[in-house]
Formats: sequence, C-alpha cells, structure tokens
Amino acid sequence: MLEACNLCGACVPVCPEDALSIEEVKRATEIDPSEWRGIWVFAEQRRGEIQSSTYELLGSARGLAGKLNVPVTAVLLGNDVKEPGSLLSAGADEVLYVKNAALDHFGVEPYSKAIADLIAERKPEIVLGAATFIGRSLLARVAIKVHAGLTADCTGLDVDIEKRLLLQTRPAFGGNIMATIICPEHRPQMATVRPKVMKPLAEPYDSKGSVTEMAADSPSNRVKFLDFVADDTSQINIAEADVIVTGGRGLQNPKNFAIIEGLAGLLGGAVGASRSAVDAGWINYSHQVGQTGRTVSPKLYIALGVSGAIQHLVGMQSSDFIIAVNKDPNAPIFKVADVGIVGDLFEVVPKLIEEIKRRKET
Amino acid sequence: MRFVVCVKQVPDTTEVRVNPETNTLIREGVPAMVNPFDLYAVEEALILKEKFGGEVVAISMGPPQAEEALREVISMGADRAILISDKRFAGADTWATSYTLAAAIRKIGEFDIILTGKQAADGDTAQVGPGIAEFLDIPQATFVRKVEELDPVKRTVSLQSMWEEGSEILELPLPCLITTVKELNEPRLPSLRGKLTAKKAEIPMWSFDDLGVKEEEVGLKGSPTQVIKIFPPPPRAEGELHADVEPAEAAKIIADKLTEKGLL
Repeated sequence: MLEACNLCGACVPVCPEDALSIEEVKRATEIDPSEWRGIWVFAEQRRGEIQSSTYELLGSARGLAGKLNVPVTAVLLGNDVKEPGSLLSAGADEVLYVKNAALDHFGVEPYSKAIADLIAERKPEIVLGAATFIGRSLLARVAIKVHAGLTADCTGLDVDIEKRLLLQTRPAFGGNIMATIICPEHRPQMATVRPKVMKPLAEPYDSKGSVTEMAADSPSNRVKFLDFVADDTSQINIAEADVIVTGGRGLQNPKNFAIIEGLAGLLGGAVGASRSAVDAGWINYSHQVGQTGRTVSPKLYIALGVSGAIQHLVGMQSSDFIIAVNKDPNAPIFKVADVGIVGDLFEVVPKLIEEIKRRKET
Repeated sequence: MRFVVCVKQVPDTTEVRVNPETNTLIREGVPAMVNPFDLYAVEEALILKEKFGGEVVAISMGPPQAEEALREVISMGADRAILISDKRFAGADTWATSYTLAAAIRKIGEFDIILTGKQAADGDTAQVGPGIAEFLDIPQATFVRKVEELDPVKRTVSLQSMWEEGSEILELPLPCLITTVKELNEPRLPSLRGKLTAKKAEIPMWSFDDLGVKEEEVGLKGSPTQVIKIFPPPPRAEGELHADVEPAEAAKIIADKLTEKGLL
C-alpha cells in the first residue's frame, strides 16, 4: 500500500477486477486519548530567525501545561536557526530541532511530513502553531495526515482539566460571533493561534531540558522555491506590529500616506490601510486591514480618515487601544474607538506629531 | 486543461448576529452570497481557460439552495457546475469537508489546477484548500497574489504566494491546488448571456452514494472538531468622543492617553 493512501476507499468501487478491499483499520476515533500526552508548539522560523509569535505560543502553552501537568515541547524545523536555545527560556521543557538543508526554507510538503511523522511517533495531546501564512497552510495539511481536529485562528485557549480537552475559542462570521470548539475523540488537538493575542512569558523560564537535534530522512518537495521578494513598502508588517497607524479615504490622495508613515515611524509602528485606500491604488494590498485584508490586534491602533465599514471593524476591533480621527461625527469607527476625535486629520496629526516629539524630548 | 473551482455559499457575514439570550445564530433574513474570496478563484480560472483552452468546472458542497451560488459562477463564465449535497454531509468541519470535496474532484477525473478562495468568509479557517490538496496528494500554493506563468508543455505554473512581509515566488508542477487572495485579479460581472446560460444550465447533484465515501468520515460524524458554544463577542468598553476641540487640544488628549497607557 502506498504511503500516500489515506484509506479514502475511492479505489475500491472503480477497480475493474474487484480486486481491492480495505481492511477495517483501527480508526482514529478509537484512539485512547490517555496515550497522548504533552503540549507541542510549532516553532516558526524565517531566514533563521525564530518568530515572535512562537514565543507568544510558548507563553500560552506554559499556562495550559501547568493545568494539565505535562511538559511543553517546541518543534523546530530548519537548518541554520539562530539561538534555538531561546525556545527553552521562552517556556519549552525540550526542543526537538529537525535539522536538514531541505528544511532551511519553509516548504509545506517536507514540513508537514516531518511534523506528522513526529506526532505519530511521540503522540502529543495538543499541537499549537501561529495563525500566520505559514502556520495556517502547514497545520491544515498536518491535521489531515494525522487525522486530527484543527481549529483556525484562535484568540482564546483554555483546558477542561477533567476531560483533558483543549477549549479553543475563535471568532467566526467575520468576527460577529465567537465560538468555542473542542476535539473530543481525535488526537492531537490542534489549533492555530492569532499572533499578538497571547503573551510571551514575562520572566525567563527555568527549563531543565535541552535542544535535541534530529535528522530528517531526505524530505521531498514538489514545489520549487525560486525566490523571496520582500515587500518594499512594509518595513514592519502589520500582523506582527505592536502599533498600527491606518489611513483611509480621508487621506484624499496617495501622497498623503506620508503623514501616516510619519506618525507610524515616530511610534515605531506599521502602516495600515482601509480597503478604499487599497482599491484606489494608493498603497499595496499587504497593508489592508479588514475582512478582505488582514485581521490585526496590536496594542495601539490609530485610524486616520477611516470611516470604519463593518468589514474594516472586524479586522481591527480586537486591538487593545483604538484611537480614531475623522471629520464625520457619525463615522462607525467611533463605535469601537477608545478615544475619538471629530476633526480634520490634516490639522490634528501634525500637532500630534509635534506633541509626541516634544514629550519624547523631555 | 481542466480547472476545478471550489466555491462556497456563505451568509452575508456582516449581517449575522448571535441572539444574546439563546446564544444561537440569527440567520433569518440574512442574504446568501458566493464567498467573496472564491470569486478571485473563479476569475483566475476563467483567465487561464481563455489563454490555454479547456474547461472550468465549479463545485460546491452545501444544501440544495447552494445551487444558486453555482449558477452565479456559471453566469460569470464557468462551463459547468456540480453540487455536492446530502444530509449526511451536513455539519462537516474542515477535515470532513476537505475529504468530501476531494472525493468529488476524484470523481470529476483528471484536472490541472484546483482553485479555491483563500478562506470562506463565514468560517474564516483557510484550511479546506490545503486539506483538499493533502487528500489528493498534490502540491499547493496558498494566498496566491499573482500567477506569473503557466507552461502547458512543461506542465508547471509559477506564481507569487503572499507572506506577511513579502512574497514567495514558487514553481509548482501540475496538477496542483492554489488558494487566491483579492490582489490576484478583478472578478468580472456576469454578462447578460452568461445569466441566460446560467438560468438554463443543468446542475447535477452528487450525493453520498455517488462519491464512494465512508459515512463515518463525512458530515458531523466525520468531523474531529465540535462547536460546543457560540456567543457574541465581548463589547468594547464605551470610548470617549471629542467633538469641537482645537487640533492642538486634540493632540494633547491623544498624547495624554498614549502616555497614560505607556504607549509612548
């Protein structure tokens, strides 16, 4: 039987000789959950740098591990990763580092194979990854390979200690509802978690474990990686940013994004854009916040000249603190703003920049 | 070439609410539409077909009324559509949905590219596209923002896949699956002729018995995950709104708040 066979059974009725049958194998639904222990975090690295979302996940995993009384394992794939030991102090009891030149750059096929193999061998009860472009594409394939439940883009994680179930809470229907999801009969229980929602540990974790390097058996990859082109307009990407300053239609023309960039630069933040600013061709789509763009939850979100269509609000209303400046007192953005200023952004923002500079100097 | 597009009929998510007393979804009066992200997949399939010939086949899993979504896709120019519908498919999570759609695609036969929207606007999981690719054991590229070149002789497609901080340029062998983002193209509106064609089109419905799938792997039964609770999102605390303030005053108010919150 081919390794790729997933027992879907499609071959049986189409065989002209009636030669095929599928033996009833032990189904995943009949697994014994008590054989599955421990929490895994997929440690995401890009160009050798471990991503901040990984440290957030480790922070969250420690909380869950305390309740379940199990260790936390960071699973790292790569070839030349800087400071894999940082995963220990960030909360991991052990680090499994699968090291192979073919894993240097992310490839969904070799990555999903390596992780699925490890899961089958070591049986963790929970596997977490960040809901990044990589994490979401990767874990979706891993979950099929290991026949696990996978919940996307969670914003809350907890455990039912008695039943040892991961309680996965996430927004759905564009953020209009929240749902709590469990995976009762399959293991592992897998989830991707929205970046910036979980907090990394405040103090370094006193880990007793170490980094174990493991070899992967020559992973194959049908997808050829040709190049990576960095988005030249985003020094800081909006998904990872603590501060986002967003411009909307109120900017009137693309040149005025300089105002947004000025304030964002001063606050060490990223530049966001509303759908109408992107559709007008003023700025690249990768800056778009909202349902058709990116969902973000930074510590500070400043909306300038953004009216706040519902599709925009669902993409940013989980931000910690929201400031909005808009000429229209009835703009829906004010419904979610902690501080709303009815005014002209072209007058307010230069004053604000002055004021911030003054305070930073004193 | 054959391009298979997976579409989903979704409620207009901006209209969906939770009844705060019963914690159930209020669906009444909420209009249904084609998942907006799928329209980019449909458009790209049509562009590729116009260039390289062949056919665009749209499939959708859903209740009988999801046929409407397929008619809309035909009105845009898809050649045919198949509805995957059975009571036993109801309640499927992403695992069971991927499994069922993969079985339907196998039944369609050979294909070159499967296209799906990056995610459905109701569930927002972005898991079904990769799930189908895994079940069919084909390569995938997700969040595709540009199709650079399809080479029908070499049987490869090169494209740009979107990442947080830029794009990966990838080359995939056919057959493969791609999921699409908004930047990829501008979906066309249905033509009048398209609408007429769509009205008359026969849309076959494939049920459980047509797909040769296992009952315990489809629908609610085949879904590893279960929703145990839904509730409205916690409301944000009432903010402060300042009208009639001078710009300098407004700047002070904001800067004070930033200082207070330790954000400066």
